[in-house]
This record gives sequence, C-alpha cells and structure tokens, in this order.
Amino acid sequence: MSIRISAPDTASKNEVIELKALIQHPMETGYRRNNRGEIIERDIITTFECTYDGDTVFQARFHPGIAANPFLTFYTRATKSGTLEFRWTDQNGQSWAETHSLTVK
Amino acid sequence: MKWLAPVITVFTLAAACAPAPTADETREKLPASDLTSGYKFLQADTQALQDDDFANPGFLWVDRGRALFAAAPQQSKACAACHGEDGAELKGAAAHYPSVDETTGKLTNIEGRINLCRTRHQGLEPLDYETDDLLSLTAFVSHLSRGEPVKVDVSGPAEVWYRRGEDYFFTRRGQYNLACNQCHNDNWGRQLRGDTISQGHGTAFPGYRFEWQSLGSLQRRLRDCDAGVRAEPLAYGSDDYLAVELYLAKRAEGLPIEVPGVRR
Repeated sequence: MSIRISAPDTASKNEVIELKALIQHPMETGYRRNNRGEIIERDIITTFECTYDGDTVFQARFHPGIAANPFLTFYTRATKSGTLEFRWTDQNGQSWAETHSLTVK
Repeated sequence: MKWLAPVITVFTLAAACAPAPTADETREKLPASDLTSGYKFLQADTQALQDDDFANPGFLWVDRGRALFAAAPQQSKACAACHGEDGAELKGAAAHYPSVDETTGKLTNIEGRINLCRTRHQGLEPLDYETDDLLSLTAFVSHLSRGEPVKVDVSGPAEVWYRRGEDYFFTRRGQYNLACNQCHNDNWGRQLRGDTISQGHGTAFPGYRFEWQSLGSLQRRLRDCDAGVRAEPLAYGSDDYLAVELYLAKRAEGLPIEVPGVRR
C-alpha cells in the first residue's frame, strides 16, 4: 500500500497546521459484480485515526460510499514537538500506518 | 429522379478515368495547429487534481514505482543500477516511445521495454499488463519525461508499424461501425452525452481515471474505446494496439507528456 502524507516539519506554537493523507486502496463496495456476474467481495478501510504525541486529533469512519484511494485534509493546532501517526484500519483489522515528526518552536 | 442519371454517369466516368485515391488522400488528418491535450477538455476540478503533485492519486503509483526501481530483487540487480539513481538516465526517454527494439525488430512500448529489461538483464519473469507492479514502474519511468514533448521515429523499421496503426485508426469497427477518426478527428470539442469529445491523445497515460478508480495503461484506455463502439477489445500487448500506440504518439507529436494524468 502506497501512502502519501503532507505535514509541516516545523511549526510555531499554537499555529494551525494542515495535514493531508492519501492511501492506495480499492475501497471495493461489495455491490459490484465482475464480468462473470459474481459479486466482488467488499473490501474497505473502515477507520482512520491521526494521533499527535499519543492524543487523537482526528478520526474518521469510512463506509462503502467512499471513493477508492481516499484522500483526507484536516487541521490541528501545533502545541508541542512530537510524532504524528496516521493509521488506516480495514474491515478485517489489518492496518497501515505512517509517522511524521513535527518540531514546534 | 431523371436529373440523377447524368450525375451518375459523370461520377462513373470520373471513377473510370481518375486513379483510385490512395489511403493518404481520403484520410483527413488532424491539423497540427489544432493539437489540444485532453487536459483542456476537463473540468477545472479535475485539472486542479492533475496539477496538484500531492493530491494527484496517480502519484501513489509513481511513488511505488520509484521504490521498485531502487530495490534490487533477490539474486538480481535493481533498475537503478543501470539507469541511475531515481532513473536519472531515463529522463525524457519515455517521450520517444514506442520504438522498435533493435534485437527483435518488434515495436516495443514502455511496458514492453520494462519486461525486456527484466528478462534480458535482471533474469526475472515479465510482469503482466495492469498488475500494480508493471503500472507503477511504467508510471514512474513515464513520469520522468513529464513536460517533455512527444517525438517518435516512424521511419525505417517503424514505418510498417505506423501504417498499421493508422489503418486501425481509420477503420470502422464494432456494432456502431465507428472509426477512431470519426470522433477524435472530425468531432472533437463537441458533446457526446455529458462529455466533451477529446482528440484522443495518449500523453496522460498511464493515467488515473475516475471511471476506473485506479491508474491504467494506454492499452486499457484503448480497450475501453473499442468496447465503447461495441467492438471486441484486443488482448493487452497485441501488435495492433502497439501499432496504434505508435500512430497516436506520432499524431500527438509536440504535446508534452502529462504522466500521471487524471481523466474522467
């Protein structure tokens, strides 16, 4: 799974920072059929969570209506230097994560 | 209907006297001054997505391709070992494809070149069309030529391929009995249901299509066009599609490579 994260490396204290996260995933709805008429099994990411130094700052629940390769943009306030963790978990509990360290001056 | 008789006679006489028109005379080409990328026919939102190097979903495959390019497979060497770190030696190369492979004399597109590298120099099995690995490598290599104008050689051994591609382009097919040129030369810029018909250039491919929710090769796009006129799509990597790729590249000569493009 290819993941792309956009986050600043440094920020000033109390600055509002923009975070962007993109993951490669088919988000197969379970409603489609293949060319032999058989149902293509559902395969979706169900949750996304971003933690900042251990605290959850953003959370999302995904449903079959979300397009493939979901792309999220959200904001948080830079309070202290720490690690941002972006984690996606699919319907079977498999998860993919990427981290980014942020320095607050 | 009497007046028709002399007209028919005149036509019959003309046909009997004049030499039969060659294929080149009846095939109206797209004037070079009209050359327009499919990008121009997209909605502003879609253009913005292609232009955003972070949000453009095609970069998921480019990133993956870059990693595959750098990684040495077991008991073999990485692509980067010959072609330079991050493919430095391949900058601009994709703008000159398809081209004829000197050893086999066969027309080769980028997918084919990657597979030739795998079998000849890396001792690996060729990758199947539309697999994530082949798409990623193709996207990465093509993306190294982003902005580079297309320029292909259609002389010498390539000429027969070019002619073959042109024949395909101008041949009616499918239940709708349509040839490529009827949409993409004669009616581009006009509406076909909710869509604007493009000129049918391949410079954005491999590209991300919303319809696919994925990246796909130019040949996947060609298969969609054939299916669209209710003709049977050809197999991936078939000689005819390779020839069409060369014809399209020559036809688009001068347009910049946009990989990874974003299309409807």
